Formats: sequence, structure tokens, C-alpha cells
Amino acid sequence: MPANNYEYFLLLPHIVLSVGIVLSILIEIFTRKGKEVLPWFSSLLFLFVGFYSIINIDKNFFIFGGMVEVGGRASIFNFIFNIAALLTVLASTDYIKKYGINYSEYYILIQSSVLGMMVMAMAHDILVIFMGLELMSICFYILAGLNRKRSSNNEASLKYFLLGSFATGFIVYGIALVYGTTGSTSIQNIFENFMQYFNNILFIVGMLLLLIGFSFKIAAVPFHMWVPDVYQGSATSVTGLMSTAGKAAAFSVLLILLGTSLSYSSPIVFRNYFSVIAVLSTLVGSIIAIAQTNLKRMLAYSSIAHAGYMAIGLAAGNNYSFAGITFYLAAYVFMNIGAFTIISLIEGKDETRLTLNSYAGLNKKSPFLAAMMSLFMFALAGIPPMAGFFGKYYVFFGAIKSDLTWLAIVGVLSSLISVYFYLRVVVYVYFMNENEQFEIEKSVGSNLAISLTGLLVLLFGIFPDSLMNLIVNFIK
Amino acid sequence: MNIEIILFAVLALVAATSSVMMITRKNAVISAVFLVLNFFALAGLYLLLNAQFIAVVQVIVYAGAIMVLFLFVLMLLNTEAEHQLFIDKRGIKFFAIFIAAFVFIEIAFLIFKSNPSKNLSPDQAASINSGTIQTIGQQLYTNYLIPFEVSGFLLLAATIGALVLAKKKFE
Repeated sequence: MPANNYEYFLLLPHIVLSVGIVLSILIEIFTRKGKEVLPWFSSLLFLFVGFYSIINIDKNFFIFGGMVEVGGRASIFNFIFNIAALLTVLASTDYIKKYGINYSEYYILIQSSVLGMMVMAMAHDILVIFMGLELMSICFYILAGLNRKRSSNNEASLKYFLLGSFATGFIVYGIALVYGTTGSTSIQNIFENFMQYFNNILFIVGMLLLLIGFSFKIAAVPFHMWVPDVYQGSATSVTGLMSTAGKAAAFSVLLILLGTSLSYSSPIVFRNYFSVIAVLSTLVGSIIAIAQTNLKRMLAYSSIAHAGYMAIGLAAGNNYSFAGITFYLAAYVFMNIGAFTIISLIEGKDETRLTLNSYAGLNKKSPFLAAMMSLFMFALAGIPPMAGFFGKYYVFFGAIKSDLTWLAIVGVLSSLISVYFYLRVVVYVYFMNENEQFEIEKSVGSNLAISLTGLLVLLFGIFPDSLMNLIVNFIK
Repeated sequence: MNIEIILFAVLALVAATSSVMMITRKNAVISAVFLVLNFFALAGLYLLLNAQFIAVVQVIVYAGAIMVLFLFVLMLLNTEAEHQLFIDKRGIKFFAIFIAAFVFIEIAFLIFKSNPSKNLSPDQAASINSGTIQTIGQQLYTNYLIPFEVSGFLLLAATIGALVLAKKKFE
């Protein structure tokens, strides 16, 4: 059935972004000024697409024969992805010059990866999910290895590519088996007759392979081996984007799968799987992070733990927890991008200042950065009134609603463990004597990004209802 | 026995044998040639399933374009160094064989247990129609428009990536 014009109109954010990607390539080819023009162009593009999506949140329809959903949840995720990319671009204009990856392709690849994420967030068909996932992942593999002179970059890119392809293999095999047994790629179709298919062992294996593949992408234990090396080896601004928006995109797919399953039967069959993932991820992530002195590595393990907290919400499998995960993702994206931007300012030309020692006495060098770093660390640890607290609160609340109190207790315990390594950074920043002398770089874009993320983290923390009401209204 | 089963048996045998030969050859060029043979056998299997378009694409794109590219790359690269990686690592080899056998048994068990072909529609005419280039084109530009367009951007991103990563000059 051919789509009518209104359906194309509803896809305007995606079409604008796609046209923007092509325009960016043309700007680079014909003016040769991509490096100066594209940061501004991309920022405007992300700003427009993000706000256009969130303004049209009430135009919630299934279009193209039920293959994609626009408005509602997809709009919220579009907003998160685009603002995350906007902040990344702001933070990286000076950083990529220092790091030696000042190519205009950097911006084009970020735009393409955001397009992939937006496709994932709107997909209600396994085929569309897969295309979006691959578009995002391939851009990330390239972004991770953009500087060929650095061996850390090469290592990160290769590890990410090999293990990411491995995960993709799981997903494709899962899709093949699910399609083979159900004869349909539509998620709605699959979950409508879920119980009937569930007798078929091929279908169960296919679903399991799909879940395993996405567990790789959200970096949950035991599929987390690539995370520390990749996050540490990539350029800090790239790590900021892929650890936040990339993870949010993978979660958006899981939310679609489980949300659809919730509206037909109960996602209770997934509960055991996600409970195991959640317990392992929260505990392993928090405990290993204590041993890290390299800040990028520490945040990598913390991102594993955060994936675990969100998996608690997936295990709970009710509307409260799904709304909670969406809120948590929004909070997590902004606080993590802020933290990574500060790291990118401190780390120096050859990433020589990544350890905790370099943060000793930061307060004397720059009170602003010290205050913001503490803000993000408090937020990541989940201390009120920062946004991180309410993210955890809503997710744990959903778990208790589903009689999974023990899982919520595990989550709270592991947050307690994580307070140690987050607050250690704050202790270094404020109470240690500086033992390294260096100048902190001045970058207007980075400072702007840090201020904006800080503001968002505080706003979401002080007025959580404003965002939460929006999410609750549109999560079905 | 009807001709379909005989053809299937021959093609499946060729496909399986050539893929085993491909991974066991020492010389990479010979491996590549076996891979071409495997692609041809797969194309034949697609034809048996009434997927004419995919069969033709398999031959033109995979066996033709991509494999020629592979062969060129293999001849230009020095693959001798790769051999060193696998000397004295018999443990890895046995481990790999064990894993492969395990996965094979798993898949075989799944297929025989679930009997996936029991729901197949016996409607031959519809099946032949669905494999034509006309039907596929129509589907791609109506129902599957979004994944089709996204795959265009995927290829674009991959091209940009290949250019960036292979760029000769650094700043």
C-alpha cells in the first residue's frame, strides 16, 4: 500500500536530517570549508530536528503500514538523541583539533549515526530496527578509529567492530529464526500471537538471540567485555556520544519490544533473563569501577552499572518502569555527556591526564569545572536533587510494583557501592593538593556544553514531573 | 525421486563441501575460488526456492563483483605473515572445531525438533510470482520504503568511512 503525503509529512524530522547529511557532503565537496561550516550547520540541524520532534509529540501515529511509529515515545527519544548530538558537536569543535581528527567527515558521521538512532526509536518492524542499528553502529565503528596515528584508536575501533559485528550476527540470526517461525517481521504481529509461537523452540531461540544481541549493544554483563577498552581508546567526545545516545537507542528498541509485548500479554517471559542481566551488570559494573583510576575507564564501568539499573526496569515490565527507563535515559545521557566533556578539557594533548591524580586540586585551577564535575558525579551517583536520583527512583518504583522488591534492593545496594567511586572524584577535586601543574584549555563550545548539561541535569532533578508527565502520557 | 530433490542434494553437497574446502586451504587465493563455487551453489538453491531475482543477484554481485575485488586484494596483499599467527596454536584449532561441532549439533537438533517446513504454503504459482523482480521492486518502493532508504544512507556512511580511514594524507 503506497503511503500518502501526510505520512511523508509526519516523517519530516527524519527527512530533514537525511537532506542535511547530503547537504553536508555537498558543502564539503564544493566549498572545501566543511571544517568551519559544518559545526554550525550540524548544530542548527540537531536543534531543529530535536525541537520539531518534541513539539509534534502529540501527532502519534503508526504509518507506512504500521512499520514505524512517529510522535509519542519516538519524539521523546528523537529529542534525547538530537540534543545529545548537539552537545557533542558543541563540545568537540576545539577538542577534535587537539586530538587530530578535525575532519569534516566527523560531523557527517555524527549526523548519520543520529539518523540511525532515530530510525531505531521509531521502528515497529524488525527489519527497520536492524537497518537503523547498523547505520548507527557503522558510524560509531568509524568514529572510534578516526585517528589512525593513535594505536589506542585503532585498537578501540577494531575491537568495537569485531565484537559489534559478532553481536550483529546474533541479531541477524535471531531475526532469521523469528521470521522463519512467524512469517512476519512486524513486531505487533509477532507479539499478537506470542503464546502460540512460544511453543516453537526455534522462535524461543530466535528471541533469545535477539535479546543477547541487544544486550551487547547496551553493554550489559556478561556481554560487556568490549566496553572498557573501546570507551577508553576512542576520542573522548566520541565516547561521550556512543556511551549515551548509542545506549539510549538500543534501549529504545528493547522498550518497543517489551512495550508491545505488554499490550498483548505480559512480558513476564523476559523477566528471568533481564533479572540476571540486571543483577550481574549493577554489581560487576559498580565493584570493578572502584579499582579504576583512569576516569574514562571508570565511567565505562559506571555505564555498565547504569545499563544494569535500567535492565531492572525491563525485568519489572510494567508501564511505570518503562516510563522510568525513558526518564533515566534522558538524565543519564546529559550527565554523562557533561562528565565526558570535562574529561576532554582536562586530558591534555595526548591523553596524558586521564587519571584521578590530574583532578587533584582542580578547584584551585578552575572553580567552575570543579563545581560542574561534582554536580555530574553527584547526579551519576543518584543523589537528590540531581536528575540521576529520580531516574533510579522511578525504575526501582516500577520494580516494586511488579513484586520485584529484591531486585530493587540489589539496585540500591549497588548504587551505595557506586557512591564510593563517584565521590572519590569529588574528594580529589576539592580536598587534595594539586600535584600537577597545567593550564586548563579554554574552549567556549565545551564550556557552553557543560553549562547546558549541568542546567538540564538540575532542571530534570528539581522538576522531574515536567518531563515525567510528558513521558507517562505517551508511553503505552 | 523427483528432480527437485536430486538437484537440492547435489547443490547442497557442493555448497557444504566447498565451504569446508574454503576454510581449510592454506592458500588464500584457492580459498577465494572455493568461495565463488559456494556462491554458485547457493544461487542454485535460491532458484530451487523460486527466488529468481536473489539467485541472479547472488551470481552478479557476490560471485562476480565482490569476489573479483577479494581476489585482487588477496593478490596485492602479502598474506604470508598471516600464517605465522596460526603456527603453534593447535589448542585454538581444537577449541574452534569443538565450538563449531557444538553449534552444528545445536542447529541440527533445533531444525529436526521444530519441523519448520510444516507450515509451508503449497501454492506454487504465488511462490513463483513473489520471486520476480517486478514484485520485489514494488515491495521495496511501497511497503519497505523506509528500510530501503535507510540502507541507502547505510551505504553512504560506509563509503564515507572507507574514504576517511583509507585517506593517505594526515594533517
